Amino acid sequence: MVGLNHYLVLSTILFCIGIFGVLTRRNAIGILMSIELMFNAVNINFVAFSKFVTPTDFVGQIFAIFVITIAAAEATVGLAIVLLIYRNFKGINVDNINIMKW
Amino acid sequence: MLANAWIIPLLPLIAFVAIVFFTNRNQKLSSLISIGAVCLSFVISLFVIASVLKNPVASEFELTWVDLPGFKIKVGMLIDPLTAVMLFVVCTVSMLVHIYSVGYMAGDPRFSRFFSFLSLFTFSMLGLVIANNFLEIFIFWELVGLTSYLLIGFWFEKKIASDAGKKAFITTRTGDLGFIIGILILTTAAGTFNFKEMFHAVEAGHIPFGLLTVGAIFLFAGAVGKSAQFPLHVWLPDAMEGPTPVSALIHAATMVAAGVYLVARTITIYLAAENAALVVAIIGCFTAFLAASIALVQNDIKRVLAYSTISQLGYMIMVLGLGGFTAGSFHLYTHAFFKALLFLGAGSVIHAMHTNDIWDMGGLYRKMKITAITFIIASLSISGIFPLSGFWSKDEILAVASHYHNPIFLIVGVLVAGMTAFYMFRLCFVTFFGQPRDQEKFDHAHESPKVMTIPLMILAFLSIVAGWVGIPWLKHGYCSFVFHHEPHHVEPNFLLMIISTLVALSGIYLAYAMYYKGSISPEKLKAKFAFPYKVLYNKYYFDELYHAVIVNPLLKLCDFLFTKLDVGVVDWLVNGVGNFTVFLSDVKEWFDSRIVDGAVNGLAYVTKGIGSGLRRVQTGQLQNYAFVIFFGLVLIILFKLS
Amino acid sequence: MDFPILTLMIFIPFLGMILILLLKREQESAARFLAALFSFIPLVLSFILLARYDGSTSGLQFVEKYEWIPSLGITYFLGADGLSVPMLFLTALLCFVSVIYSFGDIKERVRQYFAFLLLLEVGMMGVFAALDFFLFYIFWEIVLVPMYFLIGIWGHGRKEYSAIKFFLYTLFGSLFMLVGILALYFTVEPHTLNMMVLIEKAPELARGFQLLAFVAFYIAFAVKVPIFPFHTWLPDAHVDAPTAVSVILAGILLKMGTYGFLRISYPMFPEGAIYFALPIGILALINIVYGALVCMAQKDLKKMIAYSSVSHMGYCMLGMAAITVTGISGCVFQMVSHGLITGALFLLVGVLYERAHTREISAFGGLWIKVPVYSGIMMLFCLGSLGLPGLSGFVSEFMVFVGAFPVFNVIVPLAVIGVVLTAAYFLRMIQAMFLGTFNTKWEGLTEISGREIFTVIPLAILMVGIGVYPSPLTNMIKATIENIVHLVTG
Repeated sequence: MVGLNHYLVLSTILFCIGIFGVLTRRNAIGILMSIELMFNAVNINFVAFSKFVTPTDFVGQIFAIFVITIAAAEATVGLAIVLLIYRNFKGINVDNINIMKW
Repeated sequence: MLANAWIIPLLPLIAFVAIVFFTNRNQKLSSLISIGAVCLSFVISLFVIASVLKNPVASEFELTWVDLPGFKIKVGMLIDPLTAVMLFVVCTVSMLVHIYSVGYMAGDPRFSRFFSFLSLFTFSMLGLVIANNFLEIFIFWELVGLTSYLLIGFWFEKKIASDAGKKAFITTRTGDLGFIIGILILTTAAGTFNFKEMFHAVEAGHIPFGLLTVGAIFLFAGAVGKSAQFPLHVWLPDAMEGPTPVSALIHAATMVAAGVYLVARTITIYLAAENAALVVAIIGCFTAFLAASIALVQNDIKRVLAYSTISQLGYMIMVLGLGGFTAGSFHLYTHAFFKALLFLGAGSVIHAMHTNDIWDMGGLYRKMKITAITFIIASLSISGIFPLSGFWSKDEILAVASHYHNPIFLIVGVLVAGMTAFYMFRLCFVTFFGQPRDQEKFDHAHESPKVMTIPLMILAFLSIVAGWVGIPWLKHGYCSFVFHHEPHHVEPNFLLMIISTLVALSGIYLAYAMYYKGSISPEKLKAKFAFPYKVLYNKYYFDELYHAVIVNPLLKLCDFLFTKLDVGVVDWLVNGVGNFTVFLSDVKEWFDSRIVDGAVNGLAYVTKGIGSGLRRVQTGQLQNYAFVIFFGLVLIILFKLS
Repeated sequence: MDFPILTLMIFIPFLGMILILLLKREQESAARFLAALFSFIPLVLSFILLARYDGSTSGLQFVEKYEWIPSLGITYFLGADGLSVPMLFLTALLCFVSVIYSFGDIKERVRQYFAFLLLLEVGMMGVFAALDFFLFYIFWEIVLVPMYFLIGIWGHGRKEYSAIKFFLYTLFGSLFMLVGILALYFTVEPHTLNMMVLIEKAPELARGFQLLAFVAFYIAFAVKVPIFPFHTWLPDAHVDAPTAVSVILAGILLKMGTYGFLRISYPMFPEGAIYFALPIGILALINIVYGALVCMAQKDLKKMIAYSSVSHMGYCMLGMAAITVTGISGCVFQMVSHGLITGALFLLVGVLYERAHTREISAFGGLWIKVPVYSGIMMLFCLGSLGLPGLSGFVSEFMVFVGAFPVFNVIVPLAVIGVVLTAAYFLRMIQAMFLGTFNTKWEGLTEISGREIFTVIPLAILMVGIGVYPSPLTNMIKATIENIVHLVTG
């Protein structure tokens, strides 16, 4: 029987992959994608907890839907920024984008 | 007539103003105005004396001058017999001197100014005489001092003349110091400035005896200054630097007699304050002797006369101190005429010879008969030879002195009479007789013009007859006119008359023997008494003494106060405070810039250093930040879990 | 509503100042004309003041009183009594004379000069007319500013030093006054700055407070008078100031000090006045004798006259310290008389300095021959200053002596020595400058001009006038002074 722990392990693995991606990718698009992975790990957690802890209501599911929506919006903004960065810096390698210091 | 007596002083004042502002350029007109004014005054004074003779009671007229509590002054006139006599004397002598001056000052570039000053003097002197209160008399007292200053220094190009003027003014002002204090003491005690009210208070005993004595002595200091009594006599001989008519008018007949007049005017006070009166008598007596002794050996014709004046004034002061009001004022009256005559005669001689030194003169009788004769008449009069006016007044003085219990005053009086006769005839013989000593000057000598000799003759006449009003046998003589309280007849004392005449004659004979006949050699005497001669010749070294003891230390003190105290200490302190403030702000500036600012800047510097180290952390790489956030989170979780 | 004569006297010069400032720089003669006009009007008004003043009462006259800052008890309160009327007249007269004199004297920055001079007049008039402490203090301080610039810009010698010294010294003094005013304000209930009310309330003040407050005001006024040892600003400021400003300094500014004593210190702190009578008397004696002695050591004519002011103001203080009607009358008389005489002396020194460019006494000699009119006028004023009877200085000195003698039996006789010393230093000066042989160096010296004579003539007339017949002046001040003496001694 697949229990809550399985879901949590999955989501942890997924989240860790996302973190790893965010911290190591040099491509801005890759970072965005890794962030999407982390969102999804969170969504799994929401749904799993909702299913196993409070099966009577659907708060977790509703939250997951919100997160997906926000994630879509965020991806849009993020891609727009990436596009602008691409135009200004002729590339999307984040190593070059270090003007946000001091 | 009495109510209008104020016109007498006013006329010369008008003349003064008119000359100064309008007629200064026109010499002749100026002198005419001046003479006209004084002649008119003279005429009015005759009317005044006539009406006072008719009714010899003091009368007063007043006008409120200042009205403050404790200081209510009503200026006005006090016309009593004494005033009337003084008015007559001043007007007469002043008029004659005015006329004489026309000749004496002829050709002087400041001719008009001279007459304006003479008018101003006459105004002041007449004002002094008619004053009815202490303040008023003091005002005119100072004004005569001023005109005396101006006239002594009339030929101010000569340093010696301007020095003499300054000396006269300051010396008499030193006496006035006492005068002011005396006025303050007496008026504060009596609560009035008016003479008559004051005398009433004195006689009623409202003023404590001690105050009265002190006040009277201070008051007398004023007289000492003005009448050139010891110790303030030093200015009068120097004052001879002025033109001779001035010496005659101011420094012989009138102004110097103001001190005597003051004592006479306030005789009530001195009669009440016996000790003060004794001081007065002693000072007068001492001065009479002192000055006569100096006069014995002087060679300047005017200086001999000056010392003679001092001596005679001492005489008057002495007799006033002894209570001889009538005798003192009588001698003042006769002295004015013969002493003025002596000075004018001397002026005539100087005018002719252009020198003051009697040893340049000699034999002038042949050239200047009128001058010589009038001069000798005056000399006889001052020596007290019967029946000239000097005889009567001097005799009266000696009579008063003889009544005093201590014979010292009488002895000195007689002695001085002898000395006077000697030095006067020494002058006469040396100047007018014998051989000319300076032939060149002698050849140029000539008798003075009429305008000068006529006043001499008038004065000579007065020198003879003026005293006759005081002949003791006279029923309505001087003693029954000018007196204090009640007329008193000094009994004619034949013994005294004879003694004094003999003494005077022996003085004259001695002078005759020494300087005319040559039977006694002055040179030998001089050699024999070298030291006393030297002391006398140098006037007892008073000038040197005063310079060494008063003048120079005072000047040094002034310099010391200014350079050391004022600039050195007081101002130094003020500047010191300023400089110290500047110093303080310098210190504060240093403290501010080094310590306070240093701390602030130091803090900033440290902060900046730390910042520049820490900024390395800010890579600008978002992933680095995220990495730190993540591991921080992990660390927190681990920390929480454990 | 009465004619606001005091306000006009104060602010007409102010109007003149503004008009002068509106002129163009080159319009120098217009500036001169305006200055003369706007200092002449107050003079005319002051004659009206004299004519309409009723000397028989000690009450205030020509009063103008308006609320100004009610919450602080500050009013616009002007009025004149026997003390202020003579001073207002003197101010108007000397300011006019100074303006006229300055026509020839001042050749650069003419417009500013006259503007400052008129501002100075505003301040001085205000001081003598104000009866509210706030107003009084404002005017008191206004005086400093133009004076500072007048000395500092148009002066001679160490002018900047003297200007700063004057300014700081006086400011130092007036700070004490400010403290005194505040202390008074907070002590009296209800709080008020109205001098007349404060005088009425004076008996309620505690003795200790009165003594302290008297000292505070004393310092402020003593600097102005000046009383030894606060006097050293005076010779510097007087000597380095331009002639007309020296006249105003000596003639009016010094009197602000004595006026302050009589207007404020004495009626308001009677206990202090009585307690400190002897010390003030002694200081007055020091002023008189010390000032005269120091005069004798002077080689610079203007400095000598400056120090003579120290000596003469001592008489003022002596009369005042006695707190008798005659003494204080003598003091006020001396204020007027000294203003006239010393003012004229400074004018005459200026006349000579303009021609000879030196004030060294020993550099001259025998001037009476070359410039008789000038010498005559100068000697007349010197005689006035040394207290010759018939001139005003004598009357005031004598009144002071008579008034003070019953109180100070020892001090007054000593102070009389000052009279002799004064005579001595003036005669030395006269002898050195005017008598003796003519110093041919001054062959080219020209006689005093008509305009210059015109400036000293009114002063001479007044000096002789009140010297010969002092009653008009004494009657004018008598009632007021009786009131002051009554307030002090009860």
